[in-house]
Amino acid sequence: MTNHWTDFQNSDCILIMGSNPASNHPVSFKWITKAVERGATLICVDPRFTQSAAKSHIYAPLRSGTDIAFLGGMIKYILDNHLIQEEYVKNYTNAGFLVNPLCKLPGENGGVFSGLQGETYDKDTWSYQRDAEGAIKKDITLRDPSCVYQLLKKQYGRYSPEMVSRITGTPGDKLLEVYKEYTKTSRPDKAGNILYAMGWTQHTVGTQNIRAMSIIQTLLGNVGIAGGGIQALRGESNVQGSTDFGLLFNTLPGYLAAPLASHRTLAVYNEKLTPKTTEQRSLNWWKNFPKYSASLLRAFYGMNASLEEAYSYLPKVDDGVDCSWLSLFDQMYKGQFSGFFAWGMNPAVSGANVFKVRQAMTRLDWMVNVNLFDNETGDFWRGPGMDPKKIKTEVFLLPCAFSFEKEGSITNSGRLMQWRYKAVAPPGEARPDSKIITELYFRIKKLYEREGGPLPEAITRLAWNYGTSDVDGGRAEVDIHAVAKEINGYFLEDKIDPASKRAFKKGEPVPAFAFLQDDGSTSSGCWVYCNSYAEQGNMSARRGKKDASGIGLSSEWAWSWPMNRRIIYNGASVDMKGVPWDAKRAVISWDGTKWTGDVPDGAGNPGSERAPFIMKPDGVASIFGPGLADGPFPEHYEPLESPLKKNLLSPQMNNPVIKRWDRPGVGTEMDIARSADPLFPIVCTTMRVSEHWQSGVLTRWQPWLVEMEPALFVEMSVELAKERGIKNGEQIFIKSARGQAEAIAMVTARFKPFTIDGKIVHQVALPWHFGWATSATRLYGPKDKKPELFTYGNAANRLTPTIGDANTMIPESKAFMVDISRKGAA
Amino acid sequence: MPITRRGFLKVSGMVLAAGGLGISIKPISAYAKPLKIKYAKETTTICPYCSVGCSIIVSTTGEGKIINTEGDPDSPINGGALCSKGSALYQMGTGNSNRLTKPLYRAPYAGDWQEVSWEWALDKIARNVKKSRDKSFRLTNDQGQIVNRTEGIASVGSAALDNEECYLYQKFLRGLGLVYIEHQARI
Repeated sequence: MTNHWTDFQNSDCILIMGSNPASNHPVSFKWITKAVERGATLICVDPRFTQSAAKSHIYAPLRSGTDIAFLGGMIKYILDNHLIQEEYVKNYTNAGFLVNPLCKLPGENGGVFSGLQGETYDKDTWSYQRDAEGAIKKDITLRDPSCVYQLLKKQYGRYSPEMVSRITGTPGDKLLEVYKEYTKTSRPDKAGNILYAMGWTQHTVGTQNIRAMSIIQTLLGNVGIAGGGIQALRGESNVQGSTDFGLLFNTLPGYLAAPLASHRTLAVYNEKLTPKTTEQRSLNWWKNFPKYSASLLRAFYGMNASLEEAYSYLPKVDDGVDCSWLSLFDQMYKGQFSGFFAWGMNPAVSGANVFKVRQAMTRLDWMVNVNLFDNETGDFWRGPGMDPKKIKTEVFLLPCAFSFEKEGSITNSGRLMQWRYKAVAPPGEARPDSKIITELYFRIKKLYEREGGPLPEAITRLAWNYGTSDVDGGRAEVDIHAVAKEINGYFLEDKIDPASKRAFKKGEPVPAFAFLQDDGSTSSGCWVYCNSYAEQGNMSARRGKKDASGIGLSSEWAWSWPMNRRIIYNGASVDMKGVPWDAKRAVISWDGTKWTGDVPDGAGNPGSERAPFIMKPDGVASIFGPGLADGPFPEHYEPLESPLKKNLLSPQMNNPVIKRWDRPGVGTEMDIARSADPLFPIVCTTMRVSEHWQSGVLTRWQPWLVEMEPALFVEMSVELAKERGIKNGEQIFIKSARGQAEAIAMVTARFKPFTIDGKIVHQVALPWHFGWATSATRLYGPKDKKPELFTYGNAANRLTPTIGDANTMIPESKAFMVDISRKGAA
Repeated sequence: MPITRRGFLKVSGMVLAAGGLGISIKPISAYAKPLKIKYAKETTTICPYCSVGCSIIVSTTGEGKIINTEGDPDSPINGGALCSKGSALYQMGTGNSNRLTKPLYRAPYAGDWQEVSWEWALDKIARNVKKSRDKSFRLTNDQGQIVNRTEGIASVGSAALDNEECYLYQKFLRGLGLVYIEHQARI
């Protein structure tokens, strides 16, 4: 999130789209309610009339997968009615930048941008015009036909309310009602907020869904202010932290890109990844990249290797190769992996197309599954349709400690790092993950020290000094505070910081990432967490309840990154003279000598004209965004599996640069997709309920929660149920091109069929929390754990397709095609 | 007549007062026990489920048994409130006999689990890791570029780990040379 949870109370208008916080982030609704009590309007846009919709002033239905059409229509409405926050747009965005005249938009180019070559774009034409010195040419009046603002008008001129309504199924008057209400927040003293989640990310156009809203928020001047910004409502208690710490193939801790094969040396890596700018007003904070890469390498290898050696030990991905989730399980299916760690995850339920995932697991020689309960992944070899006598995989199921059985920190969706404590010991022989990882590390290290092997130093030279280890190398007690301090960082030698001239001693914690060095004299496991455990101690353990801000910053409770800043880009909450757009909800204020309020972000002294979006090379928000794989502007494309034969907007049906696993030679025989197929005429989406969490791996073992939600159900309209002769509560089958699941029909008036381009299109929805391991119908051996209350139903991901977003490869679990039938039918 | 929530409670109260319970509560009140958490140790934790980050107080006895979990009123985020999952946190602790408590091993082609010791399991896993790494490690790729990576092992997990554990885990995996590293953030 750019803002944080309690900040919602400051909004004047909240748009809930692509999320359902009432169900899935229930306590956050406290703050939404507070905003409403203060007069805010709540708008909910969703295929279903959800629990969040029930609390909203305005509800608008839309067909899954058509969010860009909806939002594109809002952009057109903003531009047609000149509802921009003009001073903000002119000074804090790239609206006035002049674009290369060779850049072609989909409306004039067959539905695609210029530069499409096969399944990738050559982005050369998505560039700015520059003068003789190389500086970007601009028109501050926003009138030049080649400026970003005019191109935006051209792009979204095609998204008329009539066109949008045909595509989305949202009635025209509803569209205008939403547009009119939300765009009132263009006033400098009005704050509009967007709450989104997987309803936006799990699409082949997921990244562009969010981009569309970012464009709206910057046009309206809503980023950086209290009650504004862009909020991702994330799904797990520490997915923010796990992302910050680089548990993805393409990022290292602190969002440093994982090095590629072409980054032959540390110098080349730094050179390629350190952005440069010609913009005088831009601080370009990522210019400090080499300080963070050097400090991270020191955190990995300490003084056991030079920076160059440490860099060489890091594994490199080949240029252009994707190693993300869908590719990972595809490679597993194809037999590439002999070993696999499923550490605190249940991919046999949570992955798209689980039949493929489960089959893939049978190709492994070994699997290590660390978890709290029996689950479909560790037990894949005896799941439905599996014959253990034919499966060679040896599996280790290791019992781990639960959250209150160990000490450590987690980071919520608002970037707030909170420390938590050990209440009790883990049961039986269960162990904290930090201990399991450490013990494995020392055992493997010893094997390499004794027996050698390829590049053993990459393992043996890692710095791992977090407490005592015995002579044997095993049973190491991990000092979690030592790990947290290493993450913050310290000086490895006496050093005078060249910029500030401040002197530091060897061993001193680094107080802020501004003092990290590029010469190897500092170590830091994650630069954005620098300041979290420095001279003032463990900041994330703070419990200060005082809130001096008046806008719910609660700056003394715990610690948020970066630098305890609560609202990022708050430099955009003031005008070019440093005066807050809204004095009543000021985030930062100038007291004559310094900024007060939140930790200032990107704000130079008043009059300095510093551009506030300091993490962008050019310092301004990107309305034109040339960095993405599928276009500088969002464009509506149909989901891979669509009810339509053609895209109503353009000749291009789907996102042209998605990886098509269903094509011969790419994926496998299990990667089937069927679009506009009479066998699968119903749109389907996956969703969640309050009582269960993710794959149900924890909640399906708790009787209080299972009692409330015991069974897989499919939510459908009264009209569809009538068409199929299905009664509320009866058992049905739901199937897609990938597979079938059995469920209970939930027939409700809250779900209405869509009219898409004049024709009725039905949609259904089902939760994805269920799996066979807690069901009554599976086999339980005498030693097997057996739940007190059984659940009914299998994984909804039996139905979902192998297809991912063009930028992130997040699977399109929110829009695919199914059919339903009564279980009792012949 | 439409009855509000307050109205409902008022009516119930009247019924009770009028002896609707059917029993006398006088003797019981004389033996009223203190709250079970009066002498408990309290620690705070953060809910492990969604990403709101509600704070929870866990009350434990001297014997290390959890006797209560409830919302922490001091947290500016939840102010003591919890949703159904957070409220049920108690069922994750002491007394949930379905928690895994011993390392389990499934041999190739076997039909069930066997209990094993940590020593045995960790030694065997370490040996497996070395075997997989040694046979799949690539110093250079097909273009002759130095890549130093282990192509034969993959990992997924986890958004359920603490920050410090995430940091250790990715350090461990990258030290081993893995590139296929993913988790919940991707799906």
